[in-house]
Amino acid sequence: MASIRLENLRKAFGPVVAVDNLSLEIPDGAFAALLGPSGCGKSTTMNMIAGLEIPSSGTIYFSGRPMTDVPPGKRGVGFVFQNYAIFSHMTVAENIGFGLKIAHQHKADIRREVAEVAKLLQLAPMLDMNAGRLSINDMQKVALGRSMITKPGIFLLDEPFSNLDAAFREYMRGELKRIQRRLGQTMIYVTHDQVEAMSMADKIAVMYCGELYQFGSPDEVYNWPENQFVARFIGSPNMNFINCRYQAENGRGFLVQKAGGAKTLVDDQRRRLLEAQTNSDDLVLGIRPEHLKVGCQEADQNCWEASVYAIEPLGPKTVIHLKVAEDLIQVIAPSGYRPHVGERQYIGLAPGRMHIFAGKTKAVIR
Amino acid sequence: MANIALDKVTKRFGRVVAVNGLSLEIHHGEFFCVLGPPGAGKTTTLRLIVGLEQPEEGNILIDGEIANEIHPGRRDIAMMFQNLALYPDKTVFDNIAYPLRERKMPQEQIQARVTSVAKKLYIDHLLQRKPAKLSGGERQRVALGRSLVREPRAYLMDEPLANLDALLRLEMRVELKRLQQELKQTLVYVTHDQVEAMSMADRIAVLNHGVLQQCDVPDVIYSLPTNRFVATVIGSPPTNFIPADVSRVPGELLVAHPAFTLRAAGEGHPLAAALVKNGALPAKTLVGVRPEDLQVFAASPGPDGLPAQVSVIEPLGGETVVDLLFGPDIIKAVIPPDQQFSEGQAVWIRFDPDRIHFFDATSGVRNYTTGRTAGLICAGRVSV
Repeated sequence: MASIRLENLRKAFGPVVAVDNLSLEIPDGAFAALLGPSGCGKSTTMNMIAGLEIPSSGTIYFSGRPMTDVPPGKRGVGFVFQNYAIFSHMTVAENIGFGLKIAHQHKADIRREVAEVAKLLQLAPMLDMNAGRLSINDMQKVALGRSMITKPGIFLLDEPFSNLDAAFREYMRGELKRIQRRLGQTMIYVTHDQVEAMSMADKIAVMYCGELYQFGSPDEVYNWPENQFVARFIGSPNMNFINCRYQAENGRGFLVQKAGGAKTLVDDQRRRLLEAQTNSDDLVLGIRPEHLKVGCQEADQNCWEASVYAIEPLGPKTVIHLKVAEDLIQVIAPSGYRPHVGERQYIGLAPGRMHIFAGKTKAVIR
Repeated sequence: MANIALDKVTKRFGRVVAVNGLSLEIHHGEFFCVLGPPGAGKTTTLRLIVGLEQPEEGNILIDGEIANEIHPGRRDIAMMFQNLALYPDKTVFDNIAYPLRERKMPQEQIQARVTSVAKKLYIDHLLQRKPAKLSGGERQRVALGRSLVREPRAYLMDEPLANLDALLRLEMRVELKRLQQELKQTLVYVTHDQVEAMSMADRIAVLNHGVLQQCDVPDVIYSLPTNRFVATVIGSPPTNFIPADVSRVPGELLVAHPAFTLRAAGEGHPLAAALVKNGALPAKTLVGVRPEDLQVFAASPGPDGLPAQVSVIEPLGGETVVDLLFGPDIIKAVIPPDQQFSEGQAVWIRFDPDRIHFFDATSGVRNYTTGRTAGLICAGRVSV
């Protein structure tokens, strides 16, 4: 088990800077996710932690010890990649036990440990089967088992389930989290799927274009995004954004929609912050679809006039798309709610749930 | 008469039966989704409709006529593929105009039609650009435009949004649905993404291993799945399946599990009749409950509360998925984000009494569902 510290890590491939000035601390035994769209530098970061890539500058520490001159084989890390690469001519038991066999452990010990890992992964009935005949879901579990059995202090997983079917992915999320809790390893999970990161990780590093945009718990990145990128990337359906400017009126502060003039009252604390801003003409109001409500009355406080644009029934809930002047907003409505396209609606905001970002820097104003 | 129909169609590739006795009827103007995991036969179905594959058995019918022998170029059906296949050396205008030029349409008509389609797709300002200078979403629209200009009898799309990033995919979903409703054209849309199918389709055909599992409106597929497979494929997280023992005592039918017992009172309870197979009650059944139909409490809510233990918590932001140890099983519940529990905490759960399913433990067929059995009736859309 090890804690991991990245200090000013940078990796350039010629003129392309894949990772830029990345600093992070992952505590011992934590489940961390590196999350971001493709090309954001997450895999490169993981490869540097593993020792498969050498940083252009910066240092990586495992439990305070710099890894600069330590080759991958000696770092005590286990890997699972997207292409599971199991030995298809060997049985499941032989695959899982492979690392222990190479380390010349006793047959009886290997058999026992393989049985334990197989039980944990629900592969016990398949131990004597030829691995090449398994479903791709089970093959990936075997790959997981093969890495787990050597009990690495740090476990690195690079989008291991991304080409497997949705139901299996969802099932493995809970499983992997349970396994990590049980074994206590430090786990780093690379993914572009924010639902995966949110459901499994204790801490999420949101990355984009080689930079770290926020490092926080699921609650922090979801409810307290530090910038507009994180706010938009986390959560589905994604947060609504409306370009606004600040306007003071009779001792109260309002955000006024640039496209159509819809007004939103801001609380005193935010009013003071906004009045201190240098550029209060260029603001972005962010609010999540579940913090908006349809079916309000025109006269209600913080209510916008809108017209229904589209309806997306999603089983247990419905997403209604509405136009507030030129801005398209999404609102979550109850399951059977079916307005007509073009219908006029008033949507209400929960004022405690709005986020305000600076238009230029995209940073949150808090 | 259906716009497109498949009548007991079978297609084999060597020993693999890709499509097995498939019968479907797709109505005019319908947004029809074909949903299933990879290898289910969805792409093969599409290729059979357009004519790129020939069925070994059965017929493809277009507007009532058997089309098996009709060349794909003559079926007047437009197909859009996942790799858009835009002509890289042609401008957006020329890409979209291509099928019309092939037909030798007069230039002014081409001009008018291409411009009108480009306007509908919000790409009229890009007509002189080449594909390399377009974003992913813009390229998608050009490919769409190239299909739209043909004004075919139907459109077929094979996972057209799969290569787009998450945010663009959500935007394009809404736009595609709106466009289809405006044009009132038949669209057969293949996807492995159940959220896409649920949110866009008028009806969904669920396939597995080339066999049709269920074909119905989204609401019915969600609330009355025909079998375990459909109940797993639709909904996220998927339905929980809890194995239980069935027994009859005087005056009652019991469905028993280490953590709960369901009682159906009275000799004539419909559950008993629904479970009977080959004249006898089975020894086992699978109780199916959707995660969103479970409630979790820190203290016992009353006599219908069932004890459980929190295993892990998956916070998704807008809602939380709680993994629970429930007797020997692990089940999942979806709860509001403001409800806080900790790992290992002892809790109580409650099933929604109107939404409990019973599935046959061997075949997976749904035998019975408690509560309302009719589909939902919604304003503007009537379930079949």
